[in-house]
Amino acid sequence: MALMSLDVTRRSASTSAAPSVRSGAIPDVAKLIDVSRCIGCKACQAACMEWNDLRDEVGTNLGTLQNPQDLTDRSWTVMRFYEQEVGDRGLQWLIVKDGCLHCEDPGCLRACPAPGAIVQYANGIVDFQQDRCIGCGYCQTGCPFDVPRFSARDQKAYKCTLCSDRVAVGLEPACVKTCPTQALSFGSKADMRDLADERVRELRERGLGQAAIYDPAGVKGTHVVYVLPHGDPGLYRLPAKPEVSPLVAFWRGGVAKTLGVLTMVGVVVAGIFHYMKVGPMEVDEHEEGRRP
Amino acid sequence: MTNHWVDIKNADVVLVMGGNPAEAHPCGFKWVVEAKAHNKAKLVVVDPRFTRTAAVADLYAQLRPGTDIAFLGGVIRHLLEKDAIQKAYVLAYTNASFLVSDGFEFQDGVFSGYDEAGRKYDRGTWTYQKGPDGFVKSDPTLQDPRCVYQLMKAHYARYTPRMVAETTGVPEDLFAKVCDAIASTAAPDRTMTSLYALGWTQHSVGSQNIRAMAMIQLLLGNMGMAGGGVNALRGHSNIQGLTDLGLLSDLLPGYLTLPKENEAEYAKYVETRTLKPLRPGQMSYWQNYAKFHVSLMKAFYGKAATKENDWAYDWLPKLDKVYDILTVFHLMSQGKVNGYVCQGFNPLASIPHKAKLVEGLSKLKFLVTIDPLVTETSNFWQNHGDLNPVEPSKIMTEVFRLPSSCFAEEDGSLVNSGRTLQWHWKAAEPPGEAKNDPEIVAGLFTRIRALYAKEGGTVPEPILNLTWDYRIPTRPAGEELAREFNGKALADLPDPKDRTKTLAKEGEQLATFAHLQDDGTTSCGNWLFCGAFTQAGNMMARRDTSDPSGLGVYPGWGFSWPANRRVLYNRASCDPSGKPWDPRRKLVWWTGAKWAGNDVPDMRPDAKPEEGVGPFIMNPEGVGRLFGADKMADGPFPEHYEPFESPIANPFHAKVGPNPAARIYAPDRDMLGAPGEFPYAATTYRVTEHFHFWTKHARIPSVLQPESFVELDEVLAQKKGIRSGDRIVVRSKRGKIVAKAVVTKRIRPLRVGGKEVHTVGIPIHWGFEGLTRPGYITNSLTPFVGDANTQTPEFKAFLVDVEKAPAGVA
Repeated sequence: MALMSLDVTRRSASTSAAPSVRSGAIPDVAKLIDVSRCIGCKACQAACMEWNDLRDEVGTNLGTLQNPQDLTDRSWTVMRFYEQEVGDRGLQWLIVKDGCLHCEDPGCLRACPAPGAIVQYANGIVDFQQDRCIGCGYCQTGCPFDVPRFSARDQKAYKCTLCSDRVAVGLEPACVKTCPTQALSFGSKADMRDLADERVRELRERGLGQAAIYDPAGVKGTHVVYVLPHGDPGLYRLPAKPEVSPLVAFWRGGVAKTLGVLTMVGVVVAGIFHYMKVGPMEVDEHEEGRRP
Repeated sequence: MTNHWVDIKNADVVLVMGGNPAEAHPCGFKWVVEAKAHNKAKLVVVDPRFTRTAAVADLYAQLRPGTDIAFLGGVIRHLLEKDAIQKAYVLAYTNASFLVSDGFEFQDGVFSGYDEAGRKYDRGTWTYQKGPDGFVKSDPTLQDPRCVYQLMKAHYARYTPRMVAETTGVPEDLFAKVCDAIASTAAPDRTMTSLYALGWTQHSVGSQNIRAMAMIQLLLGNMGMAGGGVNALRGHSNIQGLTDLGLLSDLLPGYLTLPKENEAEYAKYVETRTLKPLRPGQMSYWQNYAKFHVSLMKAFYGKAATKENDWAYDWLPKLDKVYDILTVFHLMSQGKVNGYVCQGFNPLASIPHKAKLVEGLSKLKFLVTIDPLVTETSNFWQNHGDLNPVEPSKIMTEVFRLPSSCFAEEDGSLVNSGRTLQWHWKAAEPPGEAKNDPEIVAGLFTRIRALYAKEGGTVPEPILNLTWDYRIPTRPAGEELAREFNGKALADLPDPKDRTKTLAKEGEQLATFAHLQDDGTTSCGNWLFCGAFTQAGNMMARRDTSDPSGLGVYPGWGFSWPANRRVLYNRASCDPSGKPWDPRRKLVWWTGAKWAGNDVPDMRPDAKPEEGVGPFIMNPEGVGRLFGADKMADGPFPEHYEPFESPIANPFHAKVGPNPAARIYAPDRDMLGAPGEFPYAATTYRVTEHFHFWTKHARIPSVLQPESFVELDEVLAQKKGIRSGDRIVVRSKRGKIVAKAVVTKRIRPLRVGGKEVHTVGIPIHWGFEGLTRPGYITNSLTPFVGDANTQTPEFKAFLVDVEKAPAGVA
């Protein structure tokens, strides 16, 4: 996505801050997914394909109403359908809109070794810049929600952009625009939290005492927030306590960097000592002669 | 809909039965979500499958396909036994107190007057007792054993919770919960809306399914109320407009009816339809039939329709029978139809018993299809392997395909389920050679007219005299057609209250159907649409989003028939004295001098409450009918009849299984399957990702639901060794399909008629054309049986067998 109109606060594999962050003026944004209002109509999937000009393959039916079966480089959101017995409420058909949650502390960005291939804007949106992507796959390892997908065509990673191009000009994401039942809402993070609180209160009044907000602290909160009528994230196949893998933290964090630098310095020093002690490596003539 | 889409938000209970709006009407479903969020409404879903509507419901009950009347009859019994009815409403606004003729009875599963050989009823005894004054007798104490209330109570006494469970499969405790939710709306300040669609109409008892709900809503006092009503969610965009404009074989525009063969005389035709009041002082609005009819004939024939020639009555076709879709294809299969013009219609995919349809289409001399997309019907002669195993060399039918435009490629109006006419504007030019439908029809008409003019022929008058004064005769504009159906004054119309004024001057567009005349001084193509395009302009194009009442009336948005009224029978939202039953839902009221309010009152404006003019102004009784009298072909009270193919005997009367007055042709009787060979109860439906057989031509919906599938329960799947994703063969007596299995917890085996019955759910959307994976046409399976009143086919309940497809079967 074009960066020109956006304020980048964080870039992958870069320590320097982006030059043009306007301070104070840009609120955190969030999309609210109220599962209790979702009817699984897939209009959000259609809108996502329309706006982002994505056309996935016409697949097959694998024994479920879910289609496409999974997120792909051309399906940035899919509705997942779970038939679930929930205590004394009996059978529930839980329909969960899957896609990027736009973590405040994005594991993908932290894992990414390509400078500027993953950025986070001042409004919180995490976006992939395919022109800088090197196709290493570390973003997949870094993501606690298994969201980024690789394109077999250009070897680059793709995922939901939260319609950063629309948001940059004051529009809501395409999925939110099209949702017929207001299961999706969009606004400032604070407003969405307030709305989520209201929805949870209503659900509890209706007898859904476990209703809860999903805005996991392990990634410092997300810019896609769920209202889960039955509360337990496990019912919706959402990780209960998502966090960026310690390996990623280690790999991209200060300790690993220091260790890496120390190792490199060590190798150089060892080389010098080796040279001083043994002298230059010489090839004896006998071996030379045996070369084909 | 008696009410309208936005009005759903006013409901306290939303009962979805016979429909699946979250999937088939997702945009309208927003108002159900609104009702839940802002009105704390309870959503109750009763359906053979746990649908996406059920996924957001507060209460769900799974019933066996085709047992809705058993369920609703049980609800009626519950309401009457517990006296959970709105008494004052029932007394004042229904025929509960009316006395019924002594000859009427119901015994052993049939009503009085049954003619077994003709499969029809003589309805002579299904009438009211009349007094010497010619008006219906009544007993306001409701004690007379012949009053409607007592007869109804006796009729539904058999529908005990145990019988309901035994028939529908809904356990007694769950049924009681649903009944309690429904009964809670008997209070004057609580309403229930009933949302239904083709899940009710597509049965051999389809019309009676809806009547049963109408009775419940009358008993609860929910008709005419904001948040109430019986609401048909129409299955296609503008299908409401189709019926309004009379595009059924026995109708004229505005629900006027075509004469029958034995109605040779105009005077008799009009007299039969000019319904006299059955109770003193009632409006009986069909008394105006002649005004609507004469104005229609003036729209058709202009100056050629005169008083002397009975307004060209002789030029109207006189029906020997109703030419519904089943009859036409039955005649076609017998080689009795030469040509078929198929406009915006894909019968090969949409009508039951595909094999019979192919047989019929193959016997035509010519077939014309007018459609924006390639349809299976237009390619019925092509061999597509097992999907369409025909031999093209043996089919002589000549097929003409006339490509038409889509709605966004033309100006025009659409009528939504809530009876609102909304104008839309062309957004793009049609592609290639496509023309819009009026242009295609005008092209055909002008050529046919030229042939008649040149060659004469039998009865050329109806063609030669037809009004065709469009600016470009081969291209009538949408606006011209809209002005025509609204109607205009053909002479100055003096105001009867003040002869110095006029209602309209010659040539002016009419403001309301109240101005229509039966003397030839007005023309009107559809009296119900009168007011849509007035002298003030195109009312359908209005887009005022103000809603002063907060009840979602939006009086300045588009135009709703009749008379821009948003809630029908809204007089019934007030008590007999003219005061709203519920101060939170004030639609209309009596001001002391006239009827006024937030909606257009459904009442003569100056009818004082003490005059006792009933709110159901189209009925000669002035009240709603709990007893249907002689209006229905199959009985004054809805009765449970089994589908024509049923896994069990009728628990109510084993000897009378299916509806004794429903339509079935003899050869199709032999094509019915028995439960021994076809043990599973099947039903067909749409899924949200597709619209009928259209969207499979578009890439995105094809991605979202790419391949045909069949839903079945886990127990049946295990018994048959079927796993989700396997290919399975589904057979009925009439054909087979192969599709992917979706094994689901959302359908459960039911205990009915002393045995376990499995339900098999079959979506309809795939075919041998389009961008999805090619699929079998689901209607290869469905039976060629029709409802007794509408002849709508029984798509929703029949029998099948399923098995895992042998390896290699595609």
